[in-house]
Amino acid sequence: MLNIALPGLNMKNPVMPASGCFAFGKEYGELYDLNCLGAIAIKAATKETRFGNPTPRVAETPGGMLNAIGLQNPGVEKIINEELKWLESFDTPILANIAGKETNDYVYTAEQLSKVPNVGALELNISCPNVKEGGITFGTVPEIAAELTEKVKAVSTVPVYVKLSPNVSDIVGMAKAVEEAGADGLSMINTLMGMRIDLKTQAPVLANKMGGLSGPAIKPVAIRMVYEVSQHVTIPIIGMGGIQDAEDVIEFFLAGASAVAVGTANFVDPLVCPKIIEDLPALLEKMNVSHIDELKGRSWGACQKTSSSR
Amino acid sequence: MLIDRMEVTDIKEVAEDIFELKVCGDLASRVKEPGQFVHVQAAHSIDTLLRRPISICDVNRESRELTMIFRAEGKGTKRLAECRQGEELNVLGPLGNGFPIESCKPGGTAVLVGGGVGVPPLYYLSRQLKKNGVNVIHVLGFANKQVSFYEKEFSELGPTRLATVDGSAGQKGFVTNVIEEHDITYDIMYACGPVPMLKALEANYSNKPLYLSLEQRMGCAIGACFACTCQTVDPNDEKGYRKVCSDGPVFKAGEVILSC
Repeated sequence: MLNIALPGLNMKNPVMPASGCFAFGKEYGELYDLNCLGAIAIKAATKETRFGNPTPRVAETPGGMLNAIGLQNPGVEKIINEELKWLESFDTPILANIAGKETNDYVYTAEQLSKVPNVGALELNISCPNVKEGGITFGTVPEIAAELTEKVKAVSTVPVYVKLSPNVSDIVGMAKAVEEAGADGLSMINTLMGMRIDLKTQAPVLANKMGGLSGPAIKPVAIRMVYEVSQHVTIPIIGMGGIQDAEDVIEFFLAGASAVAVGTANFVDPLVCPKIIEDLPALLEKMNVSHIDELKGRSWGACQKTSSSR
Repeated sequence: MLIDRMEVTDIKEVAEDIFELKVCGDLASRVKEPGQFVHVQAAHSIDTLLRRPISICDVNRESRELTMIFRAEGKGTKRLAECRQGEELNVLGPLGNGFPIESCKPGGTAVLVGGGVGVPPLYYLSRQLKKNGVNVIHVLGFANKQVSFYEKEFSELGPTRLATVDGSAGQKGFVTNVIEEHDITYDIMYACGPVPMLKALEANYSNKPLYLSLEQRMGCAIGACFACTCQTVDPNDEKGYRKVCSDGPVFKAGEVILSC
């Protein structure tokens, strides 16, 4: 009742930890068996090693948190030779997140990662708010996002998902642009740009000044965007943004998602992913649903039905 | 490392806005070394969403009790200060790598230097060192007398000298003034406190073994989110960084760059 087949990702269930919140799995692997996960979205890989931003890199906010890690990672080569090698022992497909400063970086990293046997699909991070160079323009200008998608698609041997930024005025336009460019799926949403200022120091709390807002506070925004986009594209959506429990997963499916990713909640409860997976069947039974897929997009027609039944 | 529902057995204010919290559970017996910490859920509310990293002040294996001392400063720690006996707290830990106590031979002398809420982990450290036959000397710095705590507890283990910024208790000034003026001889120094204090110690006392415990805002506290990284001093270091939560929080002086 939970298995989901998405392009490149044959999943036992629709739940995966979100990129950036789970590193490459080792730390959480000490707490539970990673085989229980539907997939694993690994931390963003860049062509070169990146140290990331100065600290403080995180700050709590009501119902959420801001982060400005700055894509710290050991570079694609080490990720392939060390991290992905370690993940081979698990029967869990990998969604490999990719970031870069310029198109060539993305293309290089994508080509390398798509050749790795346990990488089921790529996730193009065109929406990281925390890197100064280029990053965000890939995520806010539809033509540039489309061009990048096309170029990555041309070299990748596995399906390509594009992770969309919510920091745009027309999310549907972005989604359609990358779909037309050949994207096999969408991940949405990335974090919302935010900021916190300390009253004592009268300065921004984050060293990077601004950061990405995540957690339950952004869930309504994510639900709205998945709801809108899913009705305008035919490719599947991995929904994310503030998921904390099985009910939240159902809500994303009702909005139109085909799978989900859990981010910030891993910090609150490191066992949250297995717990959600365990809780889902009973919840589906209560809803008289035999497979979670049946719930996909069920909210779309709700309003029309009410008005036409008058 | 485990996630334990620990029962609050005692909570009291030991100095102004400084609370001593005792919790009971299996996690207590897992503590490997002094200087490790726990990641505590302050409330089951999304208002204080993230856990709070708090150092372990003491461990009692027989009663399965763990002591923490913290300052009620922000939303989460203020909520923790309102804990009542019998209440359950969700605690993740023990986490990180603590002070290497084996680095000091029996009969040797260790100086433990603490500043403010950096003092607590030194208490368990001191108890363990003393158990190993090491002579312990404590130099504790506080802003003033009102926020100072555990002078008596430390004194029971070894000589204890206080420094306060305003001179209301012990010597007026900083911990470094106390160390200089008393010309303390020792074999190894362990420290935990604000970065300026750690920097001053590193600048003046790196000629002998010196271990520093760092503090940083954390997300996961298990090494996955990269919120708490710091750069290594050695530019040719293979990784170039350390995570305060899982590589630290204790580092040998000169291993990482101390930045505020």
